[in-house]
Amino acid sequence: MAQTQATKVEHLLELENIGLSFKGVKAVTDISFAVAAGEICALIGPNGAGKSSLLNVINGVYQAQQGRIRFAGEGRRRMSPHDAAVRGIARTFQNIALFKGMSVLDNVLTGRTLKRRSSWIEQALRIGRAAGEDDRQREAAERIIDFLHIQPWRDTLVGKLPYGLQKRVELARALAAEPRLLLLDEPMAGMNAEEKQQMSRFIVDINRELGTTVVLIEHDIGVVMGICDHVVVLDYGRKIGDGPPEEVRQNPEVIAAYLGTRH
Amino acid sequence: MEFFLEVLIGGLLAGVMYALVAIGFVLIYKASGVFNFAQGAMVLFSALTFVSLLERGVPFWLAFVISLAAMVLLALAVERVVLRPLVNRSPITLFMATLGLSYVIEGGAQALWGAQVHGLELGISDEPLELGGMLLSQFDIFAAVTAALLVLALSLLFNKTRIGLSLRAVADDPLAALAMGIRLQRVWVLVWAVAGFVGLVAGLLWGARLGVQFSLSLVVLKALPVLIIGGFTSISGAIVGGLIVGASEKLAEVYLGPVIGGGIENWFPYVLALLFLLVRPAGLFGDRAIERV
Repeated sequence: MAQTQATKVEHLLELENIGLSFKGVKAVTDISFAVAAGEICALIGPNGAGKSSLLNVINGVYQAQQGRIRFAGEGRRRMSPHDAAVRGIARTFQNIALFKGMSVLDNVLTGRTLKRRSSWIEQALRIGRAAGEDDRQREAAERIIDFLHIQPWRDTLVGKLPYGLQKRVELARALAAEPRLLLLDEPMAGMNAEEKQQMSRFIVDINRELGTTVVLIEHDIGVVMGICDHVVVLDYGRKIGDGPPEEVRQNPEVIAAYLGTRH
Repeated sequence: MEFFLEVLIGGLLAGVMYALVAIGFVLIYKASGVFNFAQGAMVLFSALTFVSLLERGVPFWLAFVISLAAMVLLALAVERVVLRPLVNRSPITLFMATLGLSYVIEGGAQALWGAQVHGLELGISDEPLELGGMLLSQFDIFAAVTAALLVLALSLLFNKTRIGLSLRAVADDPLAALAMGIRLQRVWVLVWAVAGFVGLVAGLLWGARLGVQFSLSLVVLKALPVLIIGGFTSISGAIVGGLIVGASEKLAEVYLGPVIGGGIENWFPYVLALLFLLVRPAGLFGDRAIERV
């Protein structure tokens, strides 16, 4: 939708010529694309195409050797995961990375770490800014738990929950930080059709109702075409397609990459 | 009956001393899932630093503050040199690293301050105090009060602040914690510094009792059964475990000793720990592992 607007699109995230290699092995080469504020953007491509690496560059887990990232108008060569979190980038992981020994509520509360303003001395003694803060954090966490329909399990240890629900809790934890940009690494991996549909709906709701910009990695092309405004295709660490879903679907190079034939 | 109570309370008070050492382990285990073998070396290092400063004429409180600063520096160094390069490695790798670290700290402490035995006088007489017809060690009571204050402060810090939640998050999944905006390095430094502080307190109390010397680092061995009984992840577990070990070993010595031969005080806690491992492997208060099959 962003592409069709006549006015100049506001980009929340811009990647310029990003290059990343591990001890000489190139993971991604010369990748540039922009994500408009308010859109859902999909990163697709065969296994090993460099999708997760790129996500890790965006939230500062990896430092790109080449190129720059601009987020919310601010350019940075390198960024730590903490900087990324402070500036409003939250994410989920391909292999669920929840705090398994904690309850659903506590997991969501960790997502609000950066939203606390009081110092630890105030918190320990429950004075000053800490006095009402606990309740406010709790309220915010409960709102997100409601939003993603995980109330019945709020006090359950997440390690005991089934896989699909764990994925949703991880999404809730990321959302708790009230991010401007949400990075989802295969949010629907290993789910059945019904769970996928449910998750798709949550992602669209987050995007529409909370106005959160989403970048997601997904293998299910049906889902991608259904919910995304913008698709970026990677293959062997290079960008081979970029545009609205209908356009990307026609791209011969993309078709070749997916069908495994080479020209 | 009075004799029984006297033995029991004496044992409980001794147990507090074990608990003090065990708490240092619990803190680091909670934040990184690692059994820090170097905790004993940290106890030795802090006590040795303190007593050596004292002998050089530094006033008591200044010596305490300098020793504490030394433990904070140690925490910073450990984070930079050991923890950061080994992030996301398996717990056994980190355990081996702490094993090596314990030798470095022990060696460093003795290279710096020498290997002779130092006496340490905290100004509390070790004369028995008569309370309600029972003879109790004044020093043990002092140690128990100190431990109680320490535990109170720690539980405020870890249960009421976001640090507590961050700590558990870091232990569970460092990478996810990082993405949440939790500063891993800070949490590690904080925890190691607090463990160093606990080590200092334990070192002073144990040092006053045994003399500050190399064997101080062996109090670690007494903390092991305490941790197994109480659970590795719980500060209250460390306290309760310490009390159980202290009370049971004294009672066993007095009542079982004459039957099966004396000196059982030294091995009794390990037998008890073994029984706990069979019945309740996570300890009384430890987090039980969650597994979905």
